[in-house]
Amino acid sequence: MADFEVPKFREIPIIPEPHPGVMAHSKPFVAKEEFQKPLGYPGELVDNWQEAALDKMKDLLGKYRSLRLFLDICVKCGSCTDKCHYYLGTTDAYNMPVARQDLLRKVYRRYFTFAGKFFGKLGIPGFVGAADLTKEVLDEWYSYFHQCSQCRRCSVFCPYGIDTAEISMAAREIMDSVGLGQKYSNEIIGKVFKVGNNLGLPGPALEDTLEGLEEDVYDDTGVHVRFPLDEEGAEILLVTPSADFFAEPHIDGLIGYAKVFHEVGASWTLSSYASEAANFGMFIGSYENMRKVSLRIRKAAQDLGVKRIIFGECGHAWRVAYSFLNTLAGPFDFLDPNYPVPQHICEYTYGLIKEGRLKFDKSQNDHMVLTFHDSCNVARASRMGDFPGGQFVIPREIIKATCNHFYDMDPDTVYDSTYCCGGGGGLLTDDLIELRVKGALPRMEALKRVVEEHGVTHMAAICAICKSQFTKIFPYYGFELDSIVSVHQLVSNAIILSDQKKAEEEASETAEAAETEE
Amino acid sequence: MSTVSVIYAALFYFATAVLVLGVAYKIYVYAKTPAPLKIPTTPAPLTVAGVVWRMFREVVFFHSLFRGNKWIWLFGWVFHFSLFLVLARHLRYFTNPVWDWVVLIQPFGKYASFGMVIGLLGLWARRFLVARVRFITSPSDHLMLALLVAIALSGMSMTFVSHTDIVSLKAFFLGLIAFDPQPLPADFNLLVHLALVATLMIVFPISKLLHAPGVFFSPTRNQVDNPREKRHLAPWAAELERQSST
Repeated sequence: MADFEVPKFREIPIIPEPHPGVMAHSKPFVAKEEFQKPLGYPGELVDNWQEAALDKMKDLLGKYRSLRLFLDICVKCGSCTDKCHYYLGTTDAYNMPVARQDLLRKVYRRYFTFAGKFFGKLGIPGFVGAADLTKEVLDEWYSYFHQCSQCRRCSVFCPYGIDTAEISMAAREIMDSVGLGQKYSNEIIGKVFKVGNNLGLPGPALEDTLEGLEEDVYDDTGVHVRFPLDEEGAEILLVTPSADFFAEPHIDGLIGYAKVFHEVGASWTLSSYASEAANFGMFIGSYENMRKVSLRIRKAAQDLGVKRIIFGECGHAWRVAYSFLNTLAGPFDFLDPNYPVPQHICEYTYGLIKEGRLKFDKSQNDHMVLTFHDSCNVARASRMGDFPGGQFVIPREIIKATCNHFYDMDPDTVYDSTYCCGGGGGLLTDDLIELRVKGALPRMEALKRVVEEHGVTHMAAICAICKSQFTKIFPYYGFELDSIVSVHQLVSNAIILSDQKKAEEEASETAEAAETEE
Repeated sequence: MSTVSVIYAALFYFATAVLVLGVAYKIYVYAKTPAPLKIPTTPAPLTVAGVVWRMFREVVFFHSLFRGNKWIWLFGWVFHFSLFLVLARHLRYFTNPVWDWVVLIQPFGKYASFGMVIGLLGLWARRFLVARVRFITSPSDHLMLALLVAIALSGMSMTFVSHTDIVSLKAFFLGLIAFDPQPLPADFNLLVHLALVATLMIVFPISKLLHAPGVFFSPTRNQVDNPREKRHLAPWAAELERQSST
């Protein structure tokens, strides 16, 4: 199935010994000029790239305290060394968070600190962990800063909260600015600017898709559940990852949101202009591009005259939405101040459940025994609800309200200790499949344990990337590819639509009438 | 006054200047460099009081490190807590009269030096024995540990083996503080100890020892989790906004 070895499940999760360089060959495709230019980056590696890279680094050091501080204060204690899923799955020493940071830190030390300059002049920069910026170093950067999914697990266990995601983002921004961009992320951002979503799905195609969904749901339930698009004057703007429009199991989640809105008679709409929740500007560490993508949501909300913004199930998107949207595209003083901006669909559904406005038939999910995968950026870079940790409680409460069988995985692999799916942070591309498969190992091991102990059959998630990643890599580990489900898919399965009862009654009355006529 | 006394007086003025000015400069840089985005590692406190409590747990108990690795935590915490007691005890050489609480912790401060050495040796052993830590260790990391161990041992030699002329020593430092230099006892152990301490002070602002002031500025630990309630905007980001709206 693959031209690399799929890691074996470890009987006892012993921390692997480091093997420097075994994943040095893993590099995503480099962005060509057509994908670099729309983002404002040079089309290819510029001639004076060393100078340009150091200039950019200086610029970023002045703009981001996180970068400056994190490069200075690491004491190399080693607490993070066994925390990265890519290290555990690949055993490459450079996938230890501190070693990954050191790839940038050694250049910082060489050119921006007294110690590095001093020992550099003596010809022994390595004495203080400094190194010249050479082509080899740039190659290392390209390889290993694309082996970080910006999941922040390392930052949880660092005594100073050093977050490798911040370092990876800066490194990618530096590489982009000298013309060494990553095709996958940059092409996608270009599509958002041009079409409005990551898939490049134009408005008419989106409209067709949504009409098709309305028909499917009607065939299934006999209820006219609407999937409105660009409806001015709607109360709620739903911004959801574009994968929700066509990919499995994402689309079943979208049907779940629509059923919830329908059941409580909410007035809502999607936008073709802002038909994407994900914001890949974060992956490449570009404030400007992240802001441009975010402003589309602001504009859509203003143009459609909505009062609230709700985000669909998406991990990194929810980080940008929850933590950054107000900064990037605020203030949202034109929206209803009674609701947080933005809200997560899980917050919305959970609120309705607590108010008793949704009724469920849990037995509809009885064919599944569930566990829940906390998506990294929801877990460690955002919140839901009005208390710390709501991002863990609320999705689980929704699952428990809609399913009879739920078991959590090992506590060391959930909540804020959760492992990334292996495909986050701009790495969900086929040119990185080896990395994605290997990086999923810790999550797969935890899943295997609940499968064996509790007979778990399905894992629920609230992130488009997680869902796509697991669909792809489950078969490598012997799981069925459809064992991953959306949380709102469970809602969709179990929700009792009031109209459905009416429709069923009418249908049976018509049938009876037809029988008597005969 | 002997040449040695003059050299040491000059050395300590220099080291103090480097330490104070260097750290002050670094703190200034950290304080003025904006954190343009809200990036607390969540779950994070929703209030400033909550952040103070989180920081207190980090600085006093090394809470995140405890979650991360029990061995590093054990050695690291024992070293730092011992260092705190030892430093506090040393205040007696710089104050006259000696503060009551410093008198009170004197015995603890003396024996804490063993804790320092044990903690340091534990951390150092990991740099040799654990392959992952060995990989991330630079020569300067070994040297830093060697320096601290040497400071501890040279100090302990005067506490537990052969006492130095502590009265003259105190006169020397009080003299430095009053800008009225006094002679320093030319005791070998003492001269070694003081030279190493001065080295540490000079290295402090240009090394990873910056983690001490730095931790307080870490945006993943010191930010309040309230991005939806309160708009967070860095000055350069506001400027960017102004430019793109015109």
